[in-house]
Amino acid sequence: MGEETKIGFKDVRHMAQLSRLDVSPEEESVFAGQFADILGYMDILQEVDVHEVEPLYSPVNHEFRAREDQTRAVRSHEEILANAPEADEHYFIVPKIV
Amino acid sequence: MGELLYSTIGAAWDLLQKKELSATELTSQCLKRIEATEPKLGALLAIDSEGALAQAKALDDKGPNPSQPLWGVPVTVKDVILTRGLTTTAGSRMLETFVPPYDAFVVERLRQAGAVILGKANMDEFAMGSTTENSAYHAAHNPWDIQRVPGGSSGGSAVSVASGQCFASLGTDTGGSIRQPAALCGCVGMKPTYGRVSRYGVIAYGSSLDQVGPLARSVSDCARVLSVIAGHDQRDATSSPNEVPDYLESLSSVSLKGVRFGLPKEFYGEGLAGDVSEVCAGTIQKLVEAGAERVDVSLPHTHAAIATYYIIAMAEASSNLARYDGVRYGYRSSQITDLESLYVRSRTEGFGQEVRRRIMLGAFVLSSGYYDAYYKKAAQVRRIIRDEYVAALDQCDVLLCPVSPVTAWPLGQHANDPLKMYLMDAYTLSLNLAGLPGLSLPVGKASGLPVGMQIIGKAFAETQLLRIGKAIESVLPNIGCPQL
Repeated sequence: MGEETKIGFKDVRHMAQLSRLDVSPEEESVFAGQFADILGYMDILQEVDVHEVEPLYSPVNHEFRAREDQTRAVRSHEEILANAPEADEHYFIVPKIV
Repeated sequence: MGELLYSTIGAAWDLLQKKELSATELTSQCLKRIEATEPKLGALLAIDSEGALAQAKALDDKGPNPSQPLWGVPVTVKDVILTRGLTTTAGSRMLETFVPPYDAFVVERLRQAGAVILGKANMDEFAMGSTTENSAYHAAHNPWDIQRVPGGSSGGSAVSVASGQCFASLGTDTGGSIRQPAALCGCVGMKPTYGRVSRYGVIAYGSSLDQVGPLARSVSDCARVLSVIAGHDQRDATSSPNEVPDYLESLSSVSLKGVRFGLPKEFYGEGLAGDVSEVCAGTIQKLVEAGAERVDVSLPHTHAAIATYYIIAMAEASSNLARYDGVRYGYRSSQITDLESLYVRSRTEGFGQEVRRRIMLGAFVLSSGYYDAYYKKAAQVRRIIRDEYVAALDQCDVLLCPVSPVTAWPLGQHANDPLKMYLMDAYTLSLNLAGLPGLSLPVGKASGLPVGMQIIGKAFAETQLLRIGKAIESVLPNIGCPQL
């Protein structure tokens, strides 16, 4: 983002929106300052020459092999629903959508 | 009993096998130690006395089994690792009431090996932090000085091992979270090669970086636990099909003669505190006297590692933590009007500030217009850093360097300055970018506080690291136990 990384309240609100988070007015200013510091520090990468360098997304070097596609009982309906904040016998319950 | 609780797994296991000590007796002693020390230490988030005593009784009823390398050995497990029927919070309010319906792969393995699980170890929320102060429940305290941090994020694991509450603990290491608390608390901690241990049932933070590993009081004990938890697992596609050697067996005869230690100059320069530097220099001198050789090596892009790491870790975190939506499990806000507010309010109220900070920055570096400049660029620099490690390791047997630039610092010291806190991880996080194994071990003390050094090897060189680690351990004086 260049030498002087500026993060305004609007940017913080945009980042919060992307993250499905709310930011209080007091936090907006704290986060704006911290994000400017952190992203400003990350500008160090601009100095690195990455011409023709392939990105490395994972250190794995073995070949991925899919397991046999077999039906197995893993967990029961009850077990899966047991941790839901709200559920009936069959479904997770959320506020009305339509 | 004090001495027994500070002994090694090997020593306790021998007594258990000879029936000079029952699993129930040993478990009870550990539970008493926990009860006596927890008010000061805060190492644990859940203490499962009833479950632990039931496990111990079941073992005693069947009798000692020499094919179970952890038979009757009391352990703790970082609270980011799922334990069936035992609340697993990841140190977050988000998962305060989450009771896993299954065990993580590593917990299945612990149980098969006869370990007794005493409880869940405190940690920074979702493993995001270097002090355990980001735990949503309470901070953990360093047993060598309870006014100081134990390190993190596996701080509770390190404290419980260093204070004699248990004989070993499982932690996770995404950017140093096993090695750094092990160093600050004076125990041994190993971050295995990425893929050596299955991540099935481990709550995800940075999926291309996370790895489970042991913390214990000796290199042999680390080897014993690693042999139990390493191995391929169909349920984690990134787990390696490579055969698992018997790590403990491989330690029978070790020596430092002719071992070539590579010293990356970037890890010994500016930023390393004088007292830590002095202990490291003294250690290197002792290794040379014992027949080892020192090789000067360089990792030229070390200065870019912190930025690279945090971009990748935050990006992966923002994606992984999208699953906490207040619908299937986890916290749900009561202040909701529609589905959108259910997501937003539940996440805002359920996550602590550091977690929200990392999710937002992660979403930002992955967002349209910034992806190439941050995330893709970081992935490219990651390859450069990895290649430099591989090249340095071609010139020596293992790399040897400090773990933390300073000894344990006072609680609250960097609480309001996240960037300063990130800079403390300078010596640990590049290893995770490269996916390599590292073993952190205590090498001495400075002003009464433990100092750790780490040895780093090529991928899947755990046997070599443990052998060299054991040889180092044998030429250095023991740092003793904290007085509590």
